[in-house]
Amino acid sequence: MLKNLCQKLFGRSLWVYHANSGGCNGCDIEVLNVLTPYYDAERFGIKLVASPRHADVMLCQGPAMRSTAKALRRAYEAMPAPKLVFAIGSCACGGGVWFDTYTVLGPVERIIPVDFYIPGCPPRPEAIIYGVAVALGLVDPKVAPVQVRQLELPFPRYHPEDLQGEGPLVIYRKAQKV
Amino acid sequence: MSLRSKLQEAWICLTAGRVTLPYPAEPRPTPETFRGRPIFDGNKCIGCGGCANNCPAREILLLDVCQEIRVLQYLGRRCTYCGRCAEVCPEQAITLSRDFETATPRIGDLRQRIELFMGSCQRCGRCFPEPTPLDRLKLKGYRFDDIEHEHWVFRSETYLPGAPVADDIAIELD
Repeated sequence: MLKNLCQKLFGRSLWVYHANSGGCNGCDIEVLNVLTPYYDAERFGIKLVASPRHADVMLCQGPAMRSTAKALRRAYEAMPAPKLVFAIGSCACGGGVWFDTYTVLGPVERIIPVDFYIPGCPPRPEAIIYGVAVALGLVDPKVAPVQVRQLELPFPRYHPEDLQGEGPLVIYRKAQKV
Repeated sequence: MSLRSKLQEAWICLTAGRVTLPYPAEPRPTPETFRGRPIFDGNKCIGCGGCANNCPAREILLLDVCQEIRVLQYLGRRCTYCGRCAEVCPEQAITLSRDFETATPRIGDLRQRIELFMGSCQRCGRCFPEPTPLDRLKLKGYRFDDIEHEHWVFRSETYLPGAPVADDIAIELD
């Protein structure tokens, strides 16, 4: 549904606004690489604009920081209504390596709603183009959650009366005492 | 002057050739040394927890569900692809693939979860705990993370269940 909506609303050209809320400028350089003739993004209609009031898409880089949270929120609210937010890089997706420090509040989705995630530290310019293609519905996302079980066994063999819950959420109540 | 310079410019533009890469139409190979998304091989993993202890972004969580089952969960949100987990893995169960096309609308798509079967003593059926809590803390892989809330905690005597250990700070906006 989101895909169809995106194709309908953003069928023509996307104007992007580039917001860095305290990253290390690695992702900025990759985003600027996308706009160079090598990865000519303007053939897809992507154009970098200077004001959030002209933009359809916000490219967020850097974690949500204590000092820039309000400014990021105001920039998001200044964008006109059908808007997309891309979190580019590990900092914007999950808070970065310094996710638990004083100045870092966490990922940008704590401040503004994020629609698409492009992980990487920094992501390659091709990864950013791929993320835009996913957003426009040109390709399907490739990744999916993986779950592997080494062995199915009737666990635990010793104290089955101490089990709580069922299936993958099963908890062994006396795990502290083992 | 103007006509000549225009012609010169047109000549330069015509002879410059094309540099734009046809990326979305054709796949673009990455260099050999590129580190992309880590792939966890559930059949090779022995559950030592070295990757969880060495991850700088604390993205790998461990939880001992019971005596035999240890859950290892990789979240992949803030992974910086540094490759330290692959470097410390004694069984080469973690390989950094060259896959970079990981953009997704759901951040949970990057998660990888392995439920490991841990061997125990054939006679008593238990593993071998260290004698003192200090020794237990020094033991590699002695973690007891809160997978449900995605907290990473080292299991020690000071940890109280229910108390947030590495919780994010609640933010206030006006």
